[in-house]
Amino acid sequence: MDELLQEFIAETRETLEALAGEIVAWEAAPTDRARLDSIFRFVHTVKGSCGFLDLPRLERLSHAAEDTLAQVRDGTRVPDRQLVNAVLAIVDRIGELVEAIDAGAALDDSSEELLIAALSADAAPLASQAVQPAVHRAPSRSVRLGVDLLDRMMSGMSEMVLARNELARQLRNHSTLPGIEGALERLSQTVADMRDTVTRTRMQKIDALFSALPRMVRDTSAELEKQVMLTIEGSDVELDREMIELMRDPLVHIIRNALDHGIEPNAERQAAGKPAAGRLVVSARQSGNQILVEVRDDGRGIDVERLAAKACKLGIKTAAETAAMSPLAKLELAFHPGLSSRDTVTAISGRGVGMDVVRANIEQIGGRIVLTNRRGQGLTVSIQVPLTLSIIPAIIVAAGNQRFALARQAVEEIVTTRGAAVRIDNVGDTSIATVRGRRLAVVSLDKLLGLGDSEPRTLAIVNTRDGEYALAIDEVLDTEELVVKPASPMVMATGIYAGKTLPDTGLPMLLLDSAGVAAVAGLTFHNGAVDFAEVEADEAVQEQRWSALLFDDVDGRRRAVPLPAVDRVEAVEASAIQAVGGRLRIVIDGASVAIHTMAALPQKGEINMLRLADGVSVVGYAIAEPVEIVSLPAGFVAAQGGGMIAGVVMVEGQQIELVDVHALFAEIETTIPTKATCLLHGDQSGWMATFLRPALEAAGYHCVSELVPGERVQVALAMEDADAATIPVAAPVVRLTTSPQRRGDGSVYRYDRVSLLGAIAETLAGAA
Amino acid sequence: MDLFLLAEMGGRTVAIDADQVHSVVDIGEIIPVPRANPCVRGLVALRSRVVTVICTRIAMGLPVPKQAAKRAIITNIDGHFYAVLVDSLEDVAPFTRLPLMSGVLLEGGWRALGVGMIERDDEPVLIVDLSALIARQSLAA
Repeated sequence: MDELLQEFIAETRETLEALAGEIVAWEAAPTDRARLDSIFRFVHTVKGSCGFLDLPRLERLSHAAEDTLAQVRDGTRVPDRQLVNAVLAIVDRIGELVEAIDAGAALDDSSEELLIAALSADAAPLASQAVQPAVHRAPSRSVRLGVDLLDRMMSGMSEMVLARNELARQLRNHSTLPGIEGALERLSQTVADMRDTVTRTRMQKIDALFSALPRMVRDTSAELEKQVMLTIEGSDVELDREMIELMRDPLVHIIRNALDHGIEPNAERQAAGKPAAGRLVVSARQSGNQILVEVRDDGRGIDVERLAAKACKLGIKTAAETAAMSPLAKLELAFHPGLSSRDTVTAISGRGVGMDVVRANIEQIGGRIVLTNRRGQGLTVSIQVPLTLSIIPAIIVAAGNQRFALARQAVEEIVTTRGAAVRIDNVGDTSIATVRGRRLAVVSLDKLLGLGDSEPRTLAIVNTRDGEYALAIDEVLDTEELVVKPASPMVMATGIYAGKTLPDTGLPMLLLDSAGVAAVAGLTFHNGAVDFAEVEADEAVQEQRWSALLFDDVDGRRRAVPLPAVDRVEAVEASAIQAVGGRLRIVIDGASVAIHTMAALPQKGEINMLRLADGVSVVGYAIAEPVEIVSLPAGFVAAQGGGMIAGVVMVEGQQIELVDVHALFAEIETTIPTKATCLLHGDQSGWMATFLRPALEAAGYHCVSELVPGERVQVALAMEDADAATIPVAAPVVRLTTSPQRRGDGSVYRYDRVSLLGAIAETLAGAA
Repeated sequence: MDLFLLAEMGGRTVAIDADQVHSVVDIGEIIPVPRANPCVRGLVALRSRVVTVICTRIAMGLPVPKQAAKRAIITNIDGHFYAVLVDSLEDVAPFTRLPLMSGVLLEGGWRALGVGMIERDDEPVLIVDLSALIARQSLAA
């Protein structure tokens, strides 16, 4: 607390010095709104800090002055000479008290009642100020230094470290002088200690901002007769002292607001079905190149309509204007000077100042303040300030042959993929890691950064605000405390870095932003692996279970198929399966049934086949062995890349691919058993041969790029821009477009496989 | 008369306002920045300062020689230090700043960068604004 008090004194002293000019100017022109506002902000800030630091006398004085000034701001009082004098007397008194506190001297409070009384409208003019009491100004034990100076000191320090490293390298190569190693060792030690000290001059744990909060919340809520549970989610991240100091006042204001306006009285909370004790969560976190400080309460939130109505009443906005405002814009009114959603004034907060002051303070340091209002549920105030400088405990990882840093705070654990507890499965075109039964999406750092494509050897399980994922890296090299600075905009534009640092190697290194990496890699935590874990945990969803048949597929993998789709499992002679019409078929009950298989089938012996039926058609699916029928929770992880796999389900801790029966039937249905010949016309780029041809051939078509004599072409495919006159045959033409927009001229988007095949089939049907 | 640094950049001589030049250095090992705009060659440490290395040739869409340039102009733009790679450095001298001649059409990457001209031995030399170079590339990123 002593440190806080010292800071309060230093700050008040400084503001008073800056305010001296304003006071004189206000005295000369009491109607000057800007001057009034700055004096008002001063007493308001002092009031806030006093409550925080338990300085009741100062608080009473500043509260009284604030009241009066608020009346002037509202226009209910005119700032006459007497009022100005009274306010100035209080400002002077605040200065004296602050000096007295600093000096540890007592100052008698006899005149304070008089000063406060003099503020009232009907007070007798204040007797001209008595002789100024002797100021007890103690020699201060703290000094204020320019940030520039500290910066120079810090960069000098880093240079010293680099020079030491260089010296050590040189000595290792050349010197055999006795004693030199010991001397170097001592130098190293001194440099290390020195660096620590110098760093501390500039950095402070964010804890310094939070340590006083429990007491403040306790006292304030007791005063308000509310019960409040405070949770502080702090971090080890050290910040620029400058930022911490600049954030202190805004944070105090916001917390007071939350306690006073946000959290309802116990009775009201109970009526609303909330727990009697309000919850207040204060958290700090580094996110990308920003520090995010959040104050979240579960109170009543802001009544935006009331706020808008009040803005009308005070003439800030007209009724027409507020009617046209979006809820968000109305919420923004909370930042308007002189406007509060609260009608009564209390000692805690609530004169509608605060939020405008808070915003001004935050914006002054290049930050932003965002309100997230949940009406009746609470309010979240997020302060985002730029990360100018921070010390972050980091893990140094290798990807390709480059080193990157990863904030240790974000890393939950590091596992090696060789361990038994970890398995990586390729599902569609992505990988999913299973770490002790927990499934996580895998992001390969090598691949993401284009630094190679090696098998992941190590997984760092990374925490982001939205969820967790496994970051595949080559190896973990080291852990180190890094001084991180913001990188240039061009580097930040990649979205995956949080800053840059210069470790002792003398080679720059980038700090990865784990949330940014997830975003750039395209991870979404809503329908991915992470969400699935939640589905499993959710009791309500457990009821909606469905049955699946588990089987071993012919390619050796275990898969599942929805049970209702299975008509029966039967054994068929391998020799009865024939490749006809472009795919494997078997005659069952006099009808030709297509068989899908994941691998080549043996030529002889018996083959197990699932007979799948959708009520109209029948499709065969070759399997090795049926295993069992299992009951599964609703939901699965959708596969990427499509194919015959719909997604992944968990069966007893195993990841099982779920066969996409829809795709199976869809494929069979669009298969044209008659082998029509397609002409791929005007395929200069080779796109048709590379992309389209396999798709068409898979669907049973025969494709030619050029007209071969003697071959009959049933349908021609051409890109939209091809000249119809150049098409050498009289066959009907299907046009392909490169844009997904529907044109209505019968042309088909070239990647819309279903429509494309449909269009060809239709064209063929029309021609026949 | 203002002081200008004459350098060869992308195969031609350009003039850079000395106010934009923090220092001129030969840079050491460059640490690449994966996924950044291609003109960002990487980061390099200049003593205790980490600077972003910008390749002017890539920035202006010019071919890049095999032997990468090592000489760079250090400039501070919006609080960030950049090392702008140049082919070579020629001279530092005072010149009179002239407006761009009307009718002169600068092509490609040069258009956004040229802010004026100087005359050296009757030969016009384009004044290049380094902050425009960086800003343009930041936008492109």
